[in-house]
Amino acid sequence: MSSRSETGLPRAAWRRPRYRSRRAVLAALVVLGLGCEREERNFTPAQIADEAAPPISGYDESAYAVGEGKRLFIWFNCVGCHAMGGGGMGPPLMDAEWRYGSEPEQIYATIMDGRRNGMPSFRERIPEDYAWRLVAYVRSMSGLVLQDRRPGRSDDIHVKAPEVMRDPVDPRTVGPPPVIPGAEDTVPRIRAGGGP
Amino acid sequence: MRHACLALLCAAAAAASCGGEPQPERSPHTASSSPPQAAAASSADTPRPFRIPGGTSTSGEWHQQAGDHANTRYSELAQITADNVAGLQLAWSFPTGLDNGHEAAPLVVGSTMYVVTPYPNFLYALDLTRSDRPLKWRYAPRPVSVAQGVACCDVVNRGAVYADGRIFYNTLDAHTVAVDAATGREVWRTKMGEVARGETMTMAPIVVKGRVIVGNSGGELGVRGWIAALDAASGSEVWRAYNTGPDSDVLIGDRFRPFYEADRGRDLGVKSWPPDAWRTGGGNVWGWISYDPELDLIYHGTGNPGPWNSEMRPGDNKWTAGIFARDPDDGAAVWAYQWSPHDHFDHDGVNENILVDLPWRGGTRRVLLHADRNGYIYVLDRETGEVLSADPFAHITASRGVDLQTGRLELVQEKVPRLQTVIRDICPAASGAKDWQPSAFSPVTGLLYVPHNNLCMDLEAVEVSYIAGTPYLGANAKMYAGPGGHRGEFTAWDPVARRKVWSLRENFPVWSGALVTAGDVVFYGTMEGVFKAVHARTGELLWQHETSSGIIGQPMTYTGPDGRQYVAILAGVGGWAGSIVSLGLDPADSSASLGFVNAMKDLPAYTDRGGMLYVFAL
Repeated sequence: MSSRSETGLPRAAWRRPRYRSRRAVLAALVVLGLGCEREERNFTPAQIADEAAPPISGYDESAYAVGEGKRLFIWFNCVGCHAMGGGGMGPPLMDAEWRYGSEPEQIYATIMDGRRNGMPSFRERIPEDYAWRLVAYVRSMSGLVLQDRRPGRSDDIHVKAPEVMRDPVDPRTVGPPPVIPGAEDTVPRIRAGGGP
Repeated sequence: MRHACLALLCAAAAAASCGGEPQPERSPHTASSSPPQAAAASSADTPRPFRIPGGTSTSGEWHQQAGDHANTRYSELAQITADNVAGLQLAWSFPTGLDNGHEAAPLVVGSTMYVVTPYPNFLYALDLTRSDRPLKWRYAPRPVSVAQGVACCDVVNRGAVYADGRIFYNTLDAHTVAVDAATGREVWRTKMGEVARGETMTMAPIVVKGRVIVGNSGGELGVRGWIAALDAASGSEVWRAYNTGPDSDVLIGDRFRPFYEADRGRDLGVKSWPPDAWRTGGGNVWGWISYDPELDLIYHGTGNPGPWNSEMRPGDNKWTAGIFARDPDDGAAVWAYQWSPHDHFDHDGVNENILVDLPWRGGTRRVLLHADRNGYIYVLDRETGEVLSADPFAHITASRGVDLQTGRLELVQEKVPRLQTVIRDICPAASGAKDWQPSAFSPVTGLLYVPHNNLCMDLEAVEVSYIAGTPYLGANAKMYAGPGGHRGEFTAWDPVARRKVWSLRENFPVWSGALVTAGDVVFYGTMEGVFKAVHARTGELLWQHETSSGIIGQPMTYTGPDGRQYVAILAGVGGWAGSIVSLGLDPADSSASLGFVNAMKDLPAYTDRGGMLYVFAL
């Protein structure tokens, strides 16, 4: 079974959250006879720990993981800055504009390493696996994961149409705001956590 | 200018002594609202009915944000009057080159104007002697860029102060700087807080007896609030008082004599919190500080308690959402009072405290006037901290009033937030009936001019964990216009008669400061970008000018080297209310910018960002 990762899913499915290749994946699944192992389907892929390949999220494919990402988005105070996607202290996440890129690995880097305009580094605060779930949820806010994987109605105060209702927007990377001449541009990043 | 002012005072006294007989040349207000005390005052010794401790700005210069230590924002300049202000014209302008909210007032010292910008906190010096007002120099303090991510409500700065040849101000990354006013050279820079902990500085310092008094921001990130004094010469810290925690940290000692029972006892800044919650409890000093040189006391408000979720911090949460009177020499607390004990609604108590001696029940009282976020205009005895009156100036559903026996705000229980429950129609909203936007007081009219909001909200408390350097809120808010559908008002308030004299409705929150002059003109700006002059006695619109961006700055006035009176304002929309424009937030999410965006979804149709200084003259 060399074509599979430890999770039991074909590696192709892991590495390629792009849906053009889904037919090929499906064909592969049929060929591999996974259709006969329905009871063993893995709805919640386990933690990514593949040293050989760079960890690229497959959680875009899991409605459960995206929903978990939404819970973690609130739990780790992301909501305090980005609100439910409309932004505030941090930029909006539900629109088409991305300062540092919309690809899973780019969002992962933003969360874990932080950015110089104020995004704190959560590397020592958020486990990697949680970070990938957050990545999937953040992508779902602007419709970058398939509709049936996106969260539905929230149990909290109604502040926006649920993610599942959102029309997907074409992401474009706009880059961070330009450095104002005379402002600082190379600085240590903030690390989230620690005591008061 | 003094003469003009005296003449007006005499006219006011004469009108008052007529026993309410309306005078044809005077506005109906002056006659009808003259309190009986004023009539009494016009007999025998004829004291000036409204006296400002330390005096108001008389020089034609503008050395601090409020113009004077009493925080009146009153100028005795009277070339521009209610009669001629209609002829006001744009004299010159200056772009700051920055797109965030511009909240500061320019300073004028001698023939130089100083302008402090939002992050990256440039200080511009403009030469007023030349017709093209060239830039003399620009000082760039280079605050670290990550500070932008922990500034709760746009990366604003509320301005600088001048004293003894230096300009002092705070940078977003929690430093205080002193700059040589002649050369623009940095004299000293003192690190006051930790950005990594969520600490920023946005307030305008004042200078008292050679000390620069500053405070921190961060009430939305669980930052523990403090106020500190720095030696103006060296920048070294003289004292620092925290607003939560043990008495030794709060600088509560032998001299502390609070007026109300609820504020007496040891270490209430610890005991009125769950264990250790005071360490992340807010109570920041990001608003205004005033100083009474006769009583030798400074007055400062304290910010909201953290987190917003009030169920997580049972107790009065001292000394948040309140006020301190302190000795400027050592910071020792003399009295304290909480406007909103155990605040539920993000009702910071940091709004300006305007110091005035006014007629009160047959005598004269040394008071401070304070229009709070919770919707009441307070008159406090500034020697003792006693609440003399507290009257609603906006629509309020969250409380019934203030008990003058206990000083306690009486809450409406149905409006108290609960976990996982949406409470609707809470008025005022989190931004308060009035936020930071400072009022002005005219000792001539005796009226307080209050720029404010008409906003309500739905609020849901949710659980939250403290993670240093991230928001500590635990609440989902959604704001909207209050009754009437307009979101802002500009109100003239008579603190003696305890009533509204006139009020102007504005479509958006009036997020700019106010200025009143001896010429009986009041200036303020709107978030659409219209700078207005109205009559100090009637509120009649006398003049307006459309600027390039929404106005959230503070107007000021000065005498130029040519002897003419000028009025200046920074346009540049932003701040919490204008963040939908300045930060480009998405209106599809009502909770954006802590719920303020829901009330401001149409602002981008009215104005765009961009800082621009406007200066007007006749």
